[in-house]
Parts: sequence; C-alpha cells; structure tokens
Amino acid sequence: MSVITAPAPAPTDRPASRMESLLRARELGIALAILVVFGLTTLNNHAFAQVASIQQLLNGAALIALLGVGETLVIITRNVDLSVGSVVGLSAYIVGDLFKHHHGMPVLLGIVIAIAVGATIGAVNGLVTTVARVPSLVVTLAMLYIVRGVDGVIVHGTTIDPASIPTAFTAVGYQTLFGIPWLALIVAVVVAAAGYAMRSFRSSRDLYAIGSNPDAAALAGIPSGRRVFTAFLISGALAGLAGALFLALHAQIDVSGGSGYELTVIAAVVVGGVAIFGGSGTVLGAALGAVLLNTINQALVASRVSSFWNGAIAGALLLAAIAFDRWLSLRVTRSLRSAEGAHRDL
Amino acid sequence: MTSDMATRPPVTNSHTVVESGQRAPWRGLLRWESVLVLVLIAVLIFGSSQTPNFLNPTNFFYTGLNMGEIAIMALPLTLIIMTGEIDLSVASMLGLSGAVMGELFSNGWPIWLAMAAALVVGALGGALNGVLVAKVGLPSIAVTIGTLTLYRGIALILLAPRTITGFPLSLTKIGVVPIPGTQLAYSAAIFLAMAVIAGVVLHATPLGRALVAIGLQPEAAQFAGIRVNRIKIWLYVVSGVVCAFAGILLTLKNSSVSYDAGTGLELTVVAIVLFGGVSIFGGRGTIIGVVLSVAIVGALQQALTQMNVQPEVQNIVIGVLLLISVVIPNSGEAIRHIRDRARRRV
Amino acid sequence: MHTLSSVPRKVTLAVAVTLVGMVLAACGSGTSATTNPTAAATATSAKKGLTVYFIPKDTQNPYEVIADQGGQRALQELGGKVVISSGTADTAAAQIPSIQAAIQAHADAIVIAGNDPSALCPSLNQAAQAGIKIVAFDSDISCGSSPSHLFINQANTEKIGTSQVDLLAKEIGSKGEIAILSAAASATNQNAWIGYMKQQLKKYPNMKLVTTVYGNDDPATSLTVLQGLLSAYPTLRGIISPTTVGISTAAQYLSTHKSLLSHLTLTGLGLPSQMKSYVHDGTVKEFELWNPDNLGYLAGHAAAGLASGSASLQAGSKFDAGKLGSYTVLAPSATTGPSVVLGPPTVFNLANIDKFNF
Repeated sequence: MSVITAPAPAPTDRPASRMESLLRARELGIALAILVVFGLTTLNNHAFAQVASIQQLLNGAALIALLGVGETLVIITRNVDLSVGSVVGLSAYIVGDLFKHHHGMPVLLGIVIAIAVGATIGAVNGLVTTVARVPSLVVTLAMLYIVRGVDGVIVHGTTIDPASIPTAFTAVGYQTLFGIPWLALIVAVVVAAAGYAMRSFRSSRDLYAIGSNPDAAALAGIPSGRRVFTAFLISGALAGLAGALFLALHAQIDVSGGSGYELTVIAAVVVGGVAIFGGSGTVLGAALGAVLLNTINQALVASRVSSFWNGAIAGALLLAAIAFDRWLSLRVTRSLRSAEGAHRDL
Repeated sequence: MTSDMATRPPVTNSHTVVESGQRAPWRGLLRWESVLVLVLIAVLIFGSSQTPNFLNPTNFFYTGLNMGEIAIMALPLTLIIMTGEIDLSVASMLGLSGAVMGELFSNGWPIWLAMAAALVVGALGGALNGVLVAKVGLPSIAVTIGTLTLYRGIALILLAPRTITGFPLSLTKIGVVPIPGTQLAYSAAIFLAMAVIAGVVLHATPLGRALVAIGLQPEAAQFAGIRVNRIKIWLYVVSGVVCAFAGILLTLKNSSVSYDAGTGLELTVVAIVLFGGVSIFGGRGTIIGVVLSVAIVGALQQALTQMNVQPEVQNIVIGVLLLISVVIPNSGEAIRHIRDRARRRV
Repeated sequence: MHTLSSVPRKVTLAVAVTLVGMVLAACGSGTSATTNPTAAATATSAKKGLTVYFIPKDTQNPYEVIADQGGQRALQELGGKVVISSGTADTAAAQIPSIQAAIQAHADAIVIAGNDPSALCPSLNQAAQAGIKIVAFDSDISCGSSPSHLFINQANTEKIGTSQVDLLAKEIGSKGEIAILSAAASATNQNAWIGYMKQQLKKYPNMKLVTTVYGNDDPATSLTVLQGLLSAYPTLRGIISPTTVGISTAAQYLSTHKSLLSHLTLTGLGLPSQMKSYVHDGTVKEFELWNPDNLGYLAGHAAAGLASGSASLQAGSKFDAGKLGSYTVLAPSATTGPSVVLGPPTVFNLANIDKFNF
C-alpha cells in the first residue's frame, strides 16, 4: 500500500499572496490618502467637492499620470528617464506648429505625430543605454539638455497662439463624457491597458526580473537589452502623447512647455509605490501617486494656505512617502523570510 | 544612488576588478583626464579665434566669477558620487542658506552671525540627507529630490516675495574685484583651495581609499571594517555645509538674495561632475578631472556667449559633451558586447 | 601607501603647469573709467556705428522678443547694430555672462530687462565704469547711482496698476471679491504694479482683494493655481492677471468653462495676438497692454542717444526717438531713478483688437 502524501505547498504560494496583498494595500493606501485629503479639504471648503472641482483634480493630474506610466516601466528595470519634460515641450511645439501651418490637419494625425516624436527620442535613449551601455541617468540627463536646446532653436522665441489650434483639437482638453473629462478618460485607458499588459504578458514580467537582479535575469535568458529598449521607447511615446494633450489643454505653447516635469513625475511615481531601485511597483500606483500629489497641491490652494508653503509641504510629503515605502518593503521581506522559514520547518 | 540604479557592467571587466588594486581604474581615468586637458586647450584656442578678447585677464576673472559657486558645489558631490550615492539638493541648499542669511541679516543680525547660522542650517540639511540615506536606508536619488523641494520651499516661505539687499560693501566686493594683484575671483580661489584639499583627501588618505572602496564594492567595504554609514552621513553633512557656503558666496557676489537663487543648478553640477570622468556607479573619478571639467565648461560658456551663440545651442553642447564623456570610455566595452551578441547568434 | 606612477605624474604636472600658467597670465589689472552720468547732453544727434547689447529676461519670452525687434529697428535707422544676448533661465545668473560679453566687446550701451532688481548691479556697475551706458526696460533694476541708468517704463507704473483695477471695477460694478494671478513672486514689475493696485482698491470699498497667486509665467503652474483659486473662493467675482501668460491661461480655462463667466470677469495685461480669439468669443471683454515693439524701439533710441551724448539723464532733458517723436526724461522719484514713459497703456476690446498684430 502506498501512501501518497500531498506535496508540500509550493514556497511561492503563501508569500506571493501575502506580497500581493501587501502591494495591493499600497495602491489602496494611496487611494485612501487621496480620499482623506479630499475629505478634509471639503470639510473646510465645500466647493472642493463640486463637479467642476473634481474634474479639475483629474485633469491636473492627467499629464503627470500619463508620464508616470512610462516612467514606471523604465524605473522598474532599474533605469530612469529624465528627458520626459523636454520631450513634452518638443512634441507639443511640433504639433502646434504643424496646426498653425496646416489648419485642417486631422486631430488624430496630430496625436500620432506627437507620439512619433516622443518615440524617436525614447528610442535614442534606449539604444544608447542598452547598446552603448551608458547609465540611463547620464543619457537621459544629456537628452534633457539636448532636446530642450533643439526645442529652443526651433521655437526661436515664438508662441503658438490659441487661434492657430483647431477647436476640434482643444476639445480633447476640456470636453467631458458623462462628466468625466476626456483627458482623464484617455489617461485612464492608457493606465488600464498598461496595467493589464504588466500583469499578463510574459515580457512585462521580464521587466521586473531585470530590475530585481539584472545578472540573474541575463543568466535566465531574458533579452534584457530588448526589454529595456522597449521600456524607453514606450516612455518616450507616452511623453509625446502627453505633449499633444498638453497642447490640447493649454491651447498654446512656447519654449517652456513641460519644463521641470521630470522631477515631478519621479516624485509621483515614488509616492505611488514604485521602488526607485527597480523590481517592483505598478502603473496604477504611479497614476494614483500623480493624483495624490495634484490633489494635495490643489487642496492647499483651496484651503487658502499661502501658496508659499506648497514647496515645503510637497517636499516633506515626498520624504514621508519614501520612508513609508521602505517600511512597507521591509515588512514584505520579513514576511517572505518567515514564510520561507515556515516552509523549511515542514 | 547605489550600484543598483543602472545595469552595472559585469564584474569580469578589467575596470572593476578590485584585486588589481587601484591601478586599473587609475589608468582608465588618467586617459580621460588627458583627454580633458586637450579639450581645454582646444576650447581656449577656439575661443580666442572666434572673439577678440577671449584670452585677456578680465575674461579669466569673469569665468572664475561665473563658475565659482557651481564649482565649489561640485567638490562634495564628487565624493558623494564616488561612494555610489547622489545629492540633488545641492542648489536648493545654496538657495536656502542665502535665504537664511538674508532673512537674519535684514532682521538686524550681525553679518558674521547670519553667515554662521546659514552654515549651521547647511549642516542640519546635510545631516537630514545623510541620516535618511545611510541610517534609514532610503534611495539617495529619491531622498534628495524630496529635500530639493523641501529646502527650496523653506527658502520660499522665508523670503518670498522680497529681495534682500544692503549687504556690507567690504564683503560684496568679492563680486566685483578679483583678489588684489591677480585676476582670480575670490570664489574661484576658494574653489581651487578646496579642490586641493579634496584631492589630497581622495587620492592620498585612507579615507579617500575608503570612499573608493565603498563605491566599488559596498558589502566588501563593510566587511573590511569601513564604517560605511558613518562616512556617508558625514559626506552629506559636508556637502550641506559646503553648499551653504556657496550660497553665502553667491549672495555676497550678487549683493542680494531672493528665494530663487540657484534654481535649477543641480543638474548642471551633476553634469560637470560626470563630464569630469566620475563614474555614476561610484568608485571611479579624480578631483583633477572635475577641476578640468569646471574649466572647460566655464571657458566654453564664456566663448559661446561672447560669440553670441544662442543659449539653447549652449545647452545642446553641454548635453552632447555629457554623452560623449560616457560613451567614449564605454565604447570599448560596447563594441565587445556587440561582438559577443553577434557571435552568440551565429 | 599608493604612489603615483610616472605616467599619471606627467599628466598631473602638465595640468598643474597649464593652470599656473593661466593664473600668471591673468595677473594684471582691468580697466576702469568713470564718467559723469548726469551731465547735460553734449551732442545733437546719435552717432553712427554704435553697438547696443539688448539683454532680455530670457531669449525666448515672446513679449521680449518683440521688444528686441523694436530695438533692432531703432539701431538700424541710426546705422548701428544690436546684439541680443541672454540665457534660457529667468535668473540674474543667466544674464551676467551677457553683461560681461558686452564689456568684452566694448559695446556702447546695454539695454536690459532685469531678472532681479539688485543682483545685476555689481556687473552693470562694472560695465558703466568701462564707459557703457545702461538703460533698463520692462523690469527695472534698483542700483541707486551705481550705476546710474535710464529706465524706459512701458507706461506709468502707477497707471498700469490703477487702470487694471479701474477696468475690472467697471465690469463688475465695483463690488465683490477679486484675486490677482501674477507671475513670479520676485518679479520687480509685478510687485510694483500690485502695490499700486492695492492702493487703488482703497477707492472701491466694496471690492476686496482676497489673495494673490503666482503662476511663474508657466502655463501649467498658472492653470493649477487658477483652479485652486476657483475652489478656494467660489464667490470670486474678478481676476486681474498682469502677465500675458497668466491672462491667456485663465482665458483658455474660462472659454472652455463658460458657465463660470456668469459671475467671473477676467482682465489684465495681455498680448492682442494671444487674446484675440477670447475677445471674439466673449470670454474677455477688455484688457490692456502697450506695444512692446515700440518699447524696444524707444529703448534703442534712448541707448543710442546716451552713448552719443545727445541724450542725458538730466530731468527735463529731451531726446529724439525717431518715429515716436521726442521724449522727456522724468525726474527720479523715491522708487525709480531717471525714467522715460512710453505712453499710456492701450485698452483692447472687440472694437479695436483686430487692428493689432503683436
């Protein structure tokens, strides 16, 4: 008589569910934080909860959230993309200029061109990082300067005025569908698609592996170069899209479009739970991080806090978010270790 | 920013093997410093051929005047990057210390006391960075983005929207006259003196060797008995004090201070350090390289401005220089990598 | 103890020699020449062949670009030339190399829009000591008499502030809460105008200034502070935005949220080219500005006149400003040195906005 013993529970089962639940807690935590900030501000100032105000909250965060999706992909692989702000400015201006000289250009074509411009720069970033093996901080920092400089040469002191942009295009910036701004809808679709892709595709799993342990990933046969290149390509393309949306939202563009966005995006992404060392984080978290930061910014003004306090509060919050992130990841490690220990005892 | 920030080249590379002592990295570096010397000479020749008075003494004074504070901030940043971390809050600390000094001075404090207070603030700010990075273990790029925002925000609270002027003439003359008998700006002279100290510390003391070890192999350094955390904290404190000092110099040079002093300079300082041959991974770099980089960037900017080249083009030039500074040293390895990939495919 | 091998030592030596050589070569003294800046005019017309450096806030600000073009026009008429030089960041540090370039190039005059009221004084003083005449425009510098300079004011500072309040009061019936959407918190001209606005508001006891928000001349920041403003003060009746970026950002937002216009009025300083569509669709009724091209043109003539001796800083003295006619130098006041006023601001509305193309 043979006794068939049930196999010991695979070591991945218990810790994974615990880790997943802790990570999901992270996004829930951010969502909760958003609601708390929103609630407190509304108590103080009822106008904050009006439809128009909520629409503004979504719109204000939309561009940073969009950039956050691309930045998340890059940061997960243990890289960084500092050139996104400059890409937004350049693609916005190129599309604006095209509209100025070809007023009848279809809206979709404008968006496609913006994405193409961004994707090109993303491809350059990706190539130099993977083929020339240059650290991405340096590459994208250099591209930040170069792209902004090229933008300056092209713009040459002019502005694209609202009169040059067809209303069909700017409609994307303010029209709503059932009360939700199109801008927020577009970004939500991108976030949902990216989130789905990150959870289901094999190649997305590779990104996390590359970020967690590049050498092990290489040994496991993961084509790191191709994956990282794709991450930069997508980051650039999304930055280009953000440029088109910037133009739709503001209906005008000069050389300063997108300046300084890169540090804001990294802050949003970090607040959203994406580890700066790579290997973990979700695009949903990043998007929620952007919403939280923007909500806090607008809550401060709506609560009549002197605008001079914004920077200090934002900085303090970012530090708190990073510290919280660290605490959370320590808990995850501890729980993984205890689960492993429990398994060994079997 | 530790070695996890980007895909570090595999350890089989001759540049990172520790057992060959410091000679392998030395040799690689000094080739870059020699290149920098040639580039400097080329820039000087270029400048003097394009503008009439480029090599005259007044221009030398101007270059030192313009670059002094940036150069001073580059020195502690070099040491921090050598250990594999980064400090993006340098320019904000410069602004905050100027704001503190200005605010106290305008409230009747004697100037020397106000300056001392500014230095203390620098030490405290640096300590915050150091504790968060070394003790709490948070990623330095995220922490210093947070403190960058925080310190600038505090400066805004202290000063905005005022501009403080009226500093003692005996001190503000550092912005107008060179050191008597020479054409060396005071801040340039201070920079050179500090560079000598930094150079001696880095290249000729056990502390300097410890810094290199921390950058190359952090765990090995820890096991070898090097007090990694304590050193990092002190490095950040030094960085804070030095940047505060640079802020004092800038305020006196301009004979005024407002909340946005030095905004945006952090990336320029990082670019100068990297262009000087300091590896972003840590463990490689020389002070001489940074000094040469300062001289090149300063001379190039003087030349381009006097040739009336658009500042946007100057930005492109800096970006390209930065790219070249990392692509060329890496190119040998990149070619080898491409060749290996090709060979594997066949 | 690690010793330097011979190869690195040679390089170090070469570098050290280079640096020491540069320091030694640099020993010497600069030039200094002082002139009496407030002496009377000595010549009757501007000289030919003058070089004037225009140093705007930055090289990309569209308003400044138009002004610089006006300056080029002026010098062209006089047979001289203009060099436009500045940085990309709106900081004093970005303008100082341009001042140095002007000194090195032995320019005859500098026309500067100061990013900072005081930080540029040391460098400009050096320029003045080298014989360069200093003219400020758009945003004044505050250096006392070191150096002395002429300020080309686009319009009377007080009038710019008070007229915007009057415009808004007219439209909202002199009653209600209002706010100001400004540029950078440290901008000299903004703060000067806002100061006069607050003074003028005392004449309208039923209008209350609830807050000032700062958009930093950046469309994204301006939009965020605007939205926060609207949530913080839902009963806001009027917004004054004395900056072209602020007013166009607010106008774009209001034109796409027209329901707000039932209780909210926007006015301020704006470029007709940017505001045209908003006036046509009723978002903004009236706003004002002056012609930046004329401002630069006047500054160019003033600079050329000072450099030639046909203009002076003496109160009451006149100089020729080409097609704009003759201008009189105003006496210094408590806050400003010798200045010239371009003229009253122009109010733009549906009746005249299509006539302008700047």
